[in-house]
Amino acid sequence: MALEITEPRPMGKPIKRKEDARLVRGQGHYLDDIKLPGMLYLALTRSPYAHARIKRIDTTRAKALPGVHLVLTGEDLAKLNLSWMPTLAGDKQMVLATGKVLFQYQEVAAVVAESRALAEDGAQLVEVEYEPLPVVVDPFRALEPGAPVLREDREEASNRIFHWEVGDQAETDAALRNSAVVVKERIRMPRVHPAPLEPCGCIADYNAARAHLTWYVTSQAPHAHRTVLAMVAGLPEHKIHVISPDIGGGFGNKVPVFPGYVAAIVASLSLNRPVKWVEARTENLTSTNFARDYHMEVQLGADRQGRVTALRVTTLADHGAFDAAADPTKFPAGLFSIVTGSYDFPVAYAEVDGVYTNKAPGGVAYRCSFRVTEASFLIERAMNTLALKLQLDPAELRFRNFIPSERFPYRSPLGWTYDSGNYAATLQKALDMLDYPALRREQAERRARGELMGIGISTFTEIVGAGPSNTFDILGIKMFDSCEIRVHPTGKVIARLGTRHQGQGHETTFAQVIAEELGLTTDDVIVEEGDTDTAPYGLGTYASRSTPTAGGAAALAARRVRDKARKIAAHLLEVRDTEVEWDGERFTAAGAPDRAVGMSEVALAAYTNLPAGMEPGLEATYYYDPPNLTFPNGAYVAVVDIDKGTGAVKVRRFVAVDDCGTVINPMVVDGQIHGGLTEGFAIAFMQEIAFDEEGNCLAPNFMDYLVPTAVETPHWETGRTVTPSPHHPIGAKGVGESPNVGSPAAFANAVVDALGHLGVTNIDIPLFPWKVWEVLRQHGVTE
Amino acid sequence: MFPNAFEYVAPASLEEAVQALVRYGDDAKVLAGGQSLLPIMKLRVAAPAVLVDINRIPELAGFREDGQELWVGALTRHATLEWDQDLVPRYPLLGETAGSIADPLVRNRGTIAGSLAHADPAADWGAALLALRGAVTVRGSRGDRRIAIDDLFLDVLTTNLEPDEIITGVHVPRPTGHVAAASLKLERKVGDFAVVGVALHVETGASGAIAQAGIGLAAVGPTSLRAREAETLLVGQQLTPGLIREAADLAAKAADPASDQRGSADYKRDIVRVFVERGLGAVRDRLTGIRAESA
Ligand SMILES: Cc1cc2nc3c(=O)[nH]c(=O)nc-3n(C[C@H](O)[C@H](O)[C@H](O)COP(=O)(O)OP(=O)(O)OC[C@H]3O[C@@H](n4cnc5c(N)ncnc54)[C@H](O)[C@@H]3O)c2cc1C
Repeated sequence: MALEITEPRPMGKPIKRKEDARLVRGQGHYLDDIKLPGMLYLALTRSPYAHARIKRIDTTRAKALPGVHLVLTGEDLAKLNLSWMPTLAGDKQMVLATGKVLFQYQEVAAVVAESRALAEDGAQLVEVEYEPLPVVVDPFRALEPGAPVLREDREEASNRIFHWEVGDQAETDAALRNSAVVVKERIRMPRVHPAPLEPCGCIADYNAARAHLTWYVTSQAPHAHRTVLAMVAGLPEHKIHVISPDIGGGFGNKVPVFPGYVAAIVASLSLNRPVKWVEARTENLTSTNFARDYHMEVQLGADRQGRVTALRVTTLADHGAFDAAADPTKFPAGLFSIVTGSYDFPVAYAEVDGVYTNKAPGGVAYRCSFRVTEASFLIERAMNTLALKLQLDPAELRFRNFIPSERFPYRSPLGWTYDSGNYAATLQKALDMLDYPALRREQAERRARGELMGIGISTFTEIVGAGPSNTFDILGIKMFDSCEIRVHPTGKVIARLGTRHQGQGHETTFAQVIAEELGLTTDDVIVEEGDTDTAPYGLGTYASRSTPTAGGAAALAARRVRDKARKIAAHLLEVRDTEVEWDGERFTAAGAPDRAVGMSEVALAAYTNLPAGMEPGLEATYYYDPPNLTFPNGAYVAVVDIDKGTGAVKVRRFVAVDDCGTVINPMVVDGQIHGGLTEGFAIAFMQEIAFDEEGNCLAPNFMDYLVPTAVETPHWETGRTVTPSPHHPIGAKGVGESPNVGSPAAFANAVVDALGHLGVTNIDIPLFPWKVWEVLRQHGVTE
Repeated sequence: MFPNAFEYVAPASLEEAVQALVRYGDDAKVLAGGQSLLPIMKLRVAAPAVLVDINRIPELAGFREDGQELWVGALTRHATLEWDQDLVPRYPLLGETAGSIADPLVRNRGTIAGSLAHADPAADWGAALLALRGAVTVRGSRGDRRIAIDDLFLDVLTTNLEPDEIITGVHVPRPTGHVAAASLKLERKVGDFAVVGVALHVETGASGAIAQAGIGLAAVGPTSLRAREAETLLVGQQLTPGLIREAADLAAKAADPASDQRGSADYKRDIVRVFVERGLGAVRDRLTGIRAESA
């Protein structure tokens, strides 16, 4: 049962979400709800070709259309030195194409008009003459000698973007040679898209008289966006006001800066009027960043008892036309080095090559702390293959290899220090919830009758909360986060954080954290995010970082407030500072618990009745630089039945036991798990941004890019183990992404498990019915 | 996205509507439920200069049984055919088909004639009306004509309607004996167009033998298809597992699918087999139930 927001001592309780009062009534205030006086609308002309030389652009007809105010091309932007922009990954990306286009739907021209419909009419009237060039769709082909070099702007005459490696290759190879068993598998994590219900967009409102830009934008990282804008556009940072209003889902899609944003800003600067650009669904799916697209090859060694000896991973990362990955700057393959997962590998080695192809640029960390999903999918799939090879139960194989709980903090062979976990207890809990032995018996009985049932296990470890300043930055800016708390005279609080929620529930959970520290209720604390003029600087919300970073800042800022409050309480109670005790809701005089003052009395005194010499007011700010990342983990088990006639897979049960450390609000955590599992289910069974040989995108709308509804979505059963993070101020680890990271492998493992007796070890996701049917047919299974 | 600008006329009679179509020629499009036309206009794949909205024309509404036939007005919404308590028990395939189309929002707007006029081979009505041996009546500048469903579809999104012709209604023969139907649809998610669809309609005579058998296939050819040989095989027979299997194999041979993102041609053809077998099995069970009840 959910509790009211007036509940005292709210920490750990299922308090109703404060933001829902407006969001579920349709009273949220999203970007597209904002209409400014005199506002114009921008639409983009896009390339129909995946690779083509631009011979000529004629804007005459578009400019002549009544109601059109401005038409911009790459040549116009080049005069402002803005036809290219830097990406977060250290590459650059065309804003509006000059010379050639490199992916289908690439931005070629921008048309600004009185209405959105007119802007679209104008965009259609921009005439572009293209000369098609050979298209490179396959990233393996991109690296072959003689492949067309796509990026002629670079000095390197190659489609390789980067080579990155980690671990000890020689030792790993030696260990593999000496292993009794080595399994190999090619694991593909296809290109998918976060597809938030609200697409990306912005309103640029430049005021020439004030030389000031207000920029409303669907941004998960408004402060970072402001700084990038100041650096790129040369506007002084204090004259850029970034407002990120309510966001209808981000999932990483709203971390980068997109060409449409830059075009809208240039248009507003030129016209001195507000200009709105909101992408259509097709534009979202085809141009603003995809996720994943990793081609991985794994070798996993073990001894005869199944104890792992070595892991070696080789990866081709398809970044599309520009490396627009949204990773911390020093991590071209994100945190892929978490690939050893929950298992105690003595040695490991991983390498990733980034490659250009004629596809949309990216990729973003879709509900994932930078390539952690790819890593987790790989190791959990590889462990499944090892279990099949050894004919060992996949649960038993995991129990034999888990990092034991007493080994934390645990140093992984690829360099991370895991904070805490109890993997065996977590898996055991999931198995108990399902009565795993009974399911295995049922499976054997069904198999004897020719029925296909499978059980898939994924026991993942994530790495989230980027991050400690010694390692993590974006374009040099350290990845701390912040919270500022103001307690007003009547004891009511406004807290502002450097993060920006998109549905995660910060207005409730961070209010709970602060209320708990100050002896207030969730109702007493308003949380505000997303306005760069009011909130303290922070790097935003993605990578499950808000609670590990800003959540830590919130607790620590509240403790600073409480420290000052304690002094004021001593004054009110007429005792020494050291004689004041905090009972969780009130300050009491030591040894006399009936003499007490609450936070609201203290707050009033902070403005009316201070101890001599004390600075008035009651507020604090904390910039929290976390000492380490946090390592949430979980055990997910899927149970599936396969229809032999159609290849369709039905997920009969799904148990998710998560350990995200201290739980602030169990209902919000369950909500995060349900949402992420639904996305993981979609990724496993129905989603792929695929291309044909000409580079045409085959999933440019929701007819072909499938988003599950409540009808398809399985019933989720959740459970929890709690191993607090020892270094986090409240022991929380972050949870937003665990279900998306951990679940795809559970689904895939379940399907493979159903077919394991046929000798099947791998089927690429998405597990469309036809793919499963093809495998059944190869093995002579029909209805 | 927004559609291109267009003009809009909403005639109050069939005559005016036909006149408008004659006047504007190829520039005009009939607007019924808008559930196929408006999405493609929004994608700017279609850009008609004039929309002739037929929703205010009273002659196109409603349905009734006359003589040997059920007449369903062109504007009858999918939702009506899904839920109407007079129709559904007597014409089970209409109810089953309607309920498997899209989602409730689309079903509340989309019309049976709009679906047929659109002639999407993956649409559900074409297959169902083939199984039911239906027909449509159209009105154009040269008057009325009746088109058997087998003659309506020419190719993908192409019918033999003239540009100035409007479908006024759909005809379905009244069943004579016991009736059972099944509509099977493989979809990637709820509300999806069929990857493969199978519509089955079976009537039995007094002896319990099959008097009429209709098998329509969706999404396995350039138009909705009839599995004619399988139908012929069934007529005059009792539904036995062996016969059902044979009919299923024949139906699969009638399919002419193309390989695409939704599966290979082999896959789709085999799904026809599986669905016809499952569907006829269900039909047999239903007929057994009906006979038990009426006995
Ligand atoms: C999200 C979504 C999912 C869908 N899923 C399915 C599905 O699973 N199965 C399925 O079968 N369909 C599906 N549809 C299509 C739906 O059934 C449409 O309602 C139907 O195809 C068209 O009917 P309409 O009345 O909306 O026609 P409109 O969109 O108004 O018109 C369609 C075409 O027919 C012409 N037309 C309409 N009425 C007449 C008439 N009386 N005489 C002559 N020409 C006419 C129009 O000019 C136009 O060319 C889906 C649609 C949507 C939007």
